[in-house]
Formats: sequence, C-alpha cells, structure tokens
Amino acid sequence: MEKTASDEIVEVQDLYLNFYTYEGIVKALDGVNLNIKRGEILGVVGETGCGKSVTGLSILKIVVPPGKIEVGKVTFNVKGKSYNILDLNEPTMSKVRGRYISMIFQEPRAALNPVYSVGYQIGEVFQHHRREEIIKTVIEQLKGEVEKTSGFKRHICKIQLSLYERMLKNPKSLRVRLALKTPILKRFQNRMKTEIRNRTIELLKLLRIPDPERVIDMYPHELSGGMAQRCVIAMALVAKPMLLIADEPTTNLDVTVQAQILVLINELQKELGSSILYVTHDLGVVAELCDRVLIMYAGNVVETADVMTIFKEPLHPYTQGLLESIPRPGKPFTSIPGVVPGLINPPPGCRFNERCKYAMDICWKQKPKLVEVAKDHYVACHLYSGGK
Amino acid sequence: MESLMTIENLKKYFPIYGGVLKRKIAEVKAVDSVNISINKGECFGVVGESGCGKTTLGKTIIRLLNPNAGHVYYKTPKEIVEAIKYLEKNNPKSKALKHLLREYDIAYVKGRNLKKLRRHMQIVFQDPSTSLDPRMLVKDIVAEPLVSQGLAKGGKVRDRVVQVLEMVGLSKTHLYRYPHEFSGGQRQRIAVARAIITNPEFIVLDEPTSSVDVSVRAQLLNLFQDLQKELGLTYMFISHDLSVVECISQRVAVMYLGKIVELAETAELYKSPLHPYAQALFASIPVPDPTKRKGRAPLYGEVPSPVNPPPGCRFHPRCQFAMDICGREEPPLIDVGGGHHVACYAINKKE
Amino acid sequence: MKKMKVPERLEPTIKEIKFILRRIKDSPLSLAGIALVSAFIIIAVFAPVLAPPKPGFNPYLIPSDPSLGFRIEPSPPSPNHIFGTTTAQRDIYYACIWGARWAFQIALEVIVATVTVGIVLGLVAGYYGGFIDELIMRFTDIMLAFPGLILAMTLVTILSQVNWQTIDAVLLSIILIGWPGYTRLIRSEVLRIKNEDYIEAARACGASDLRIMLRHILPNAVYSIIIVASLDFGSIVLTTAAMSFLGLGAPLGWSDWGRLIYDGMSFVSGGLRWWWSWVYPGVFIVLFVLGWSLLGDALRDVLDPLYRRK
Repeated sequence: MEKTASDEIVEVQDLYLNFYTYEGIVKALDGVNLNIKRGEILGVVGETGCGKSVTGLSILKIVVPPGKIEVGKVTFNVKGKSYNILDLNEPTMSKVRGRYISMIFQEPRAALNPVYSVGYQIGEVFQHHRREEIIKTVIEQLKGEVEKTSGFKRHICKIQLSLYERMLKNPKSLRVRLALKTPILKRFQNRMKTEIRNRTIELLKLLRIPDPERVIDMYPHELSGGMAQRCVIAMALVAKPMLLIADEPTTNLDVTVQAQILVLINELQKELGSSILYVTHDLGVVAELCDRVLIMYAGNVVETADVMTIFKEPLHPYTQGLLESIPRPGKPFTSIPGVVPGLINPPPGCRFNERCKYAMDICWKQKPKLVEVAKDHYVACHLYSGGK
Repeated sequence: MESLMTIENLKKYFPIYGGVLKRKIAEVKAVDSVNISINKGECFGVVGESGCGKTTLGKTIIRLLNPNAGHVYYKTPKEIVEAIKYLEKNNPKSKALKHLLREYDIAYVKGRNLKKLRRHMQIVFQDPSTSLDPRMLVKDIVAEPLVSQGLAKGGKVRDRVVQVLEMVGLSKTHLYRYPHEFSGGQRQRIAVARAIITNPEFIVLDEPTSSVDVSVRAQLLNLFQDLQKELGLTYMFISHDLSVVECISQRVAVMYLGKIVELAETAELYKSPLHPYAQALFASIPVPDPTKRKGRAPLYGEVPSPVNPPPGCRFHPRCQFAMDICGREEPPLIDVGGGHHVACYAINKKE
Repeated sequence: MKKMKVPERLEPTIKEIKFILRRIKDSPLSLAGIALVSAFIIIAVFAPVLAPPKPGFNPYLIPSDPSLGFRIEPSPPSPNHIFGTTTAQRDIYYACIWGARWAFQIALEVIVATVTVGIVLGLVAGYYGGFIDELIMRFTDIMLAFPGLILAMTLVTILSQVNWQTIDAVLLSIILIGWPGYTRLIRSEVLRIKNEDYIEAARACGASDLRIMLRHILPNAVYSIIIVASLDFGSIVLTTAAMSFLGLGAPLGWSDWGRLIYDGMSFVSGGLRWWWSWVYPGVFIVLFVLGWSLLGDALRDVLDPLYRRK
C-alpha cells in the first residue's frame, strides 16, 4: 500500500529536554531528530523511559515542569508557511492544539472529565475550533426559515438571525454577550447546540460507536475502555487535524478491541488524510499499522526507516536486539543484557554502549550522529558512521 | 502424569448490593463452573481478555477468595474424590461427607489446616509495586511466609532468605532495603523469592510480566523456567499476552465470561484453535511482520458484562456460526481428541 | 572526623530520616516550627535548672514570694521576678517554665491514650467490617455528636462533685472527646490499605489477622497519625488552657498557662496596667500552638509525597 508522502508537516531538530528533579537533572531527550510527512503513519518505538512520550508532548508544547525544553527546533508547516512551535506564545498555541495537531493518550478514562457527558466534551471541542462553520450553517438554516414562516415565528427567526450574524462578525460584542446571559434570549443558542449535537452524532457514527444517540449522553465511567478510547479519538478528530499524536492508545485495551481500534485508525487516517505519530512499545502494532518506524533509546533516535526495512534489515544493534527478543515458541527467551542507563548520569558517548555487543572504543567517547545509510534509512551508530 | 490439582465445577460469584436496604440485587458471575486438572510439573496457561475471570480463578484456587460452589482437590487420592462424589449424590447431608471435605477439599478447609495448606501453594501478583509492603524491608517481606507459618526462627530465617534471594538473582546486599529502591523487574524477583521460600509445589502466576518492561520480561520468564526445573514447581500462568503464554506453557485454557471455552496442548491450540472465540482471539494478535497485515478486525463488539451473561453459550451474540441451540443451552466442554477440549456446538457442524 | 559505622539494620531508617530532614529544611516556615518546638522541649526538659523548685513541694506549685507580701495585686517585672508576679505574688517566670513541662505532660498523656484507643477501635472496625464496624462507628458518631468542649466541661463539673482532682478530670474529659477523631482517621486508613495487593499477599503467606493488622496495616497508617497528632499537640494544650480559663482546669497555684490567664483575667479590666500577668502566659500559649501547627504542616508536606512515592 503505497502512500504518496509529499511535504513534511512537522520536523523536530536537535531537541534537548531536561527534567529538573530532586535527585538531579534527568537528561531525557538528547538531540532528537525526526520528521513526519503528510499522510503517513510514523511509529515511534522504545522502552519505558526512552523519551518517546515526552517527544510527543514537546511537539505540542505541553511539557510540564520540572521538564524544560533546553534547545531545539520544532517546525510545523501549514498552508505553505512554517512556524517554530517553540517560539509561539500560548494563545497562538492554543489555536494550534486540537486544530492542527491533536493528541490522544493511553488511559482514555483519564483523558475524559468524569463529571461531564462525552457528548458535552466533544461539543466543547466543536465550540472551540469549528465555531464559525457551525454558526454559518445555523444562519443558512435561519434564512431558510425566515422565508418560509410568517408572523411571530418569522420575527423570532429574524432576531435570532441577527444575533448569530453578529456573533459571527464580532463574538465579543456587547449585544451578543448580553443575549447570552439574559434568561429567555439565551435560548437562541439552542440552534447552535442542536447543530453541534447532530455533528457529534455523525462523528460517533464515523467511529463505529453503536447507538450514538444513547452514548452521547453517557458519562465516561459508564463506558468500556474501547468505547472511551473511541470517544477520545472523536474529540481529537473534530477539527480534522493535520497531525494526530497517539501515545500508546491501545496498550491498556484487550487484544480484540485493540484490533478493532487499529483498523479504525487506519480507515480514519485514509479518509481524513492526517498524519499520525504513533508511540508504542509493541512491535506487532507497529508492523500492523505504520508506514515508517523510528526507534528510540534513552533519549536518542537510533534508527529510522520504513517499516519493511526495519523488520527485514535492522542495522542498529538495539533494533536487532528488540527484534530478537520477540518471544517465539521453542526458542528460549532472550533479551538485551543489562538495563537502561539512568539518565541523570548517562554514560559518555553512545548511550547504548554498555549493552551493545559490538561496542568499540569510540562508542565510549563520541556520540554517533544520525546518518543516512540507504534511501530514507538513517542509523546513529559508529558501525555505520561511514555513511553510504 | 499424576494430577496435582483437580478443580471441579468451581463457581465464584460476587454479589452486588443496591437499593436503600443494600440487599443483593445481582451477582457478577466471575467464575462459572470451571473444571480443570493440572498435572505435576507442568505450566498450565490461562488466557482471556479482561472480565473473563482468569484472575478470579487463580485467586479462588488458592483460597484467597472463598468459592461459592465446587471442589478444589490438592494431591487428593482418587478414592477420596470418588468417595466424595458418591456421598454427594446419595447422602449429601452426611457427617462423613463434611469431614472428608474439611480434610481434603481446599474449598472447605478451615483454620489451621488452611494455614498449613498455604505453605504448598503460593501466588505472584501482577504489579510488583503494590504487591510488596512499602514499609517493610526486603528481608522481612521475603521472610514473611516462613515467619507467619512459624516454620523457622532467628538466624535460620536469615539464612534461608539469603539462599532464596540468590536463587532469584538478587544478593544479600539487598536485604536491608525498601522496595521503592528497586526497579520493576527486581521487585518482581523479590515477589518470586517470597513465593518460593516455603518450598511450595504449586504457584499461581497472575500476569507476572504485564507490568514490567519488555526487556525485563524475558529475564523474568527465564527465571520462572529455571525455577520450575530446579524446584519441580507446577505453575498456573495467567496472562492476556498470548505470545508469552505460547512459549512457556504446556497446556492452555481459553476463558470467556467465566467459562472455559477451549483447552488443549499449546502447540495444538495455537496452530488450530477450534472455538470461534479462540480463533478470533488468536487472529487479533498483531504479528510483528509487516507482510502479514490483517486489514480487518477478526471480532467486533465488546465483551458483555458478567452480571448478565447471555443465555446458553455465552459467546453466541458475537459468534458468526451461532445456531439456534447456542442461544438456549450451554455447550459442554468435550474432548474432541488428543486432550483437545472445546465447548461449542458449531464445530461438529463444521466438521 | 571518623565515619561512624552504622549497623546495617538501621541504614534504611537513617536514610529515611535524612531525607525527611532535608525536605524540611527547604521551607522557612517549617524551620520556624521546628525551632519553636525544640525551644519548648528544651525548656520543658531543663525546667528544674531554669527555675529551681522549692524542695519538698510539688514542683508544679508556683512558689510565692513572701518578701513582697501576699498582696493580691501583681507586682511588675523586677530583677527577682523577670516576668513579674501574679495574684498572691506567684512568680510568673516560674509558672511559664514549668507550664511548658506541664503542657507536654498533659498533651503526651492525652495523645497516647487517644491514639491507643483510636488504633484499637479503628483497626478492628476497619479490618473486620460488617456488624462490628457498624457498632463501633455508631458509638463513635454518638460521641462526636456532643459538642466537645461543653461535654468536657460537664464531665469535669460532675467529677469534681465526686471529689476527683480537677486536673485528673480534665485529663479524662479531653481523652474522652479526642478518641473518636482518631478512631475515624485510623478506620479510614485501614479501609484504604485493606484493599492493597500486599495485604492479599500477606494473607496468601498465611499471616494471621493480628499480624496483618499490626505488621502491615499499622505501619502504613502511621504517617497520617503522626501528622494529625502533631497538630493535636497544639490543640490539646489550647483546650486545657480554655478549660482553665473557664475555671474548670488546674487549681489555684498550679503552673498552667491557662490558669495564669484566668488569674490574670481579673486584672484585664485595668487595661495595660498589669499587663505582665496575662501577656506572658498568653504569648507562651500562642508560640507553643503555633510551633506545633507549623511543624504539623511541615510534616504533612514532607510525609505526604513520601507516602505517595512509596
């Protein structure tokens, strides 16, 4: 299945990120380089603590203190222009989040607010990002009604129409704000709410949620894991973002539900044309879903290639180790010897040197750079630093 | 092969209370009539998705939960089992029956006998960070079974603790530390050390590798296999990770909503699962090979709630081969050859 | 300096204490709390040195100075009496110093008693649940329904009719109003801990109920007990002072801060004319309660994350 990937929509260059903790400075990201092309699914694979989740958070600039981005560039190309996300201020970022880049997390019921129904929460996203579109639809509806009805009803429709048009032009105008607060007048919002509700139901249907009219009023704790995750995906896709960052969304789900969600993500991605950055530690999921794969270890990107190459010709010793440790019947269980180094005092040079069976002297002195060894196949290892 | 543990018709229901008077309004039928026979020295795998009752089964077998009905026989001679069966059928209220049950049936033993039994059966929990008391030193955690049972005192306890720690790959420098100073894999080893210290014969491993990293998983699995050979242990390995179970177990049972739907030797089961649920389950595992993409999900819908399981065969609402009888009567678990048991009416139809 | 060889057994406890001390140092308010509490501890411990008692008399009885006569009117501070005197020329300085020791004594006795009762009842109620839990908790609720201070005062009045010493009566009544709080606290901790995996693991090892309660549940509940107890120190002293202030506490001549204020109360109407008779004891009370409150807050800030981390 060939996907024509033209431009790059997000590019991360030399990202360094530290966590200032009580025990010391954790150098979580040590010069991460990656890019995501339009319409592709990029898988980011690594163990716990390798920095894959934090990379996703940095792209959206939602890293929480004590984490701090030290240096780096995160470029984001939209409509022909490119912006450095790390330079944007908060109000601009809040327009980007959800609209151009969305994120979904591992535990769906933690991402949903337990005191509001899922329909309300999805509606919130509609209100924030697709407000104008909805108001325009309502205006069209009202114009139609104005022509059809007569008398008192026509009058009401005209008032509502004027309010909506004003809302479209200047949402903060005094007239609109007063109207929103006065008890009877504020019912004019109902049309907008109904429109949002209809669209939410459409969206839930798109996500293959059975019986969406009932689900829309349910609370997160009433839903099963799979359903809740679909609702979270719905929230992320409301504004049809260019990039969806998925941080291990199926790890906590049953295997049959995971299969359903993977198929769903695949279909939605094809329909909407978004790119997906899929973070996981499960190589099976990567093989099933992704176009390109990026392997991370201890805060560094160690290898990146398209999915076939990674599985058939892995070059970096860590990638090879990962593939070998997949359990196979009849074979004894193997794993990469040793443990992930602590990131407060990482070893000098290549961070994999302690566990690598091909480690050479230089691996302890100099950190290998990510070089292209074949078309679109990059490795960061001194074994290949000669390049092509 | 002699049977170490025989489980007959085991039922475990959890009551749900509701209403103003907090009366029982419903029951969660977590384990519903399970029959298994585990052989000495084998690793018996139990797989299934969330809500199928596998963890409840593991805990009920070793009496961490009290079963509602059924029998669990541990190393009980066949004659006694026969005697109990006979008495149950013909004279269910006899004193002799009660006496036999209290002596031999794990589901009925009480008090001191139960405590003695705990020496022989142990459990390793899923999450090592919550299964170790955070305010106890490692040496006390590991020594707990010995000390609670009164099996050893003083210096002998310490010696045995060090011995067991070395068996799991830790050392005596770890004695005077708290669990939070260790990594997940090491904590799980401490839990294993605690489980083997009284020389048990049977250990329930409840998803022991689910909460640890992929690289640590292999080390732990190797440890389990080594210990099994060294100490002659019998395992019940509960997991939702089908690939791991495939590599470590000799026989595997697939559970769905509290019932066993298929039971067979591992190679046989993974090669040709017969039950439609088992087939869908195995087909859903994402294979780490990009040439083998599935493109469609093998099973749709969600697991129904165990409070109101569907009548008849519990899987019939989602089954593509469902027939009339499937909705009316529960299929029994029958041996279709070579120890391969299936509970399904449709296989006969397919064959 | 030679590094002391610490027995291996104590190593982890020492590491824990060091961690707690380091965290406490971070906040100036915590340091203030510790400083105040330590100062009071020193005063209490060295009371016989700082204010030597009259031989042959109960050291808690404040000595009067005969050289000033037995005037009711307090005398101002002077070189002989640093804080001045109160009615019948009792030395305020002596009373404040020994008052510190007395405050600690009362508070410790009350806390030991209430915590013990709370642990016993809370553990049993929380662990066994069911009928016994209902029984204990309803009884606790009934006790909590009475307004605390008024119940204490009533009890003291009744007991004094049957010739109990007021100070013993005060002790008993404060214990009586204190134990329900601890029972509830410990019961809720037990309920939380009971469902943890390691309790199930302990049962799988064959541990008896008693062993689980004392060896597993209690050590995990101890942090919250420490936090509440340290805040309680201050509030117990405040309660005894309040009762003494109402005349139901320590008898005349006892070195209790509240009693001193009661005695000084008659002179409040004179404005600041006899200020030393009620200002000094008042300052001592305020600093004592403040110190313990700050310490309690500091402990909560430190122990809470420790709690969660483990």
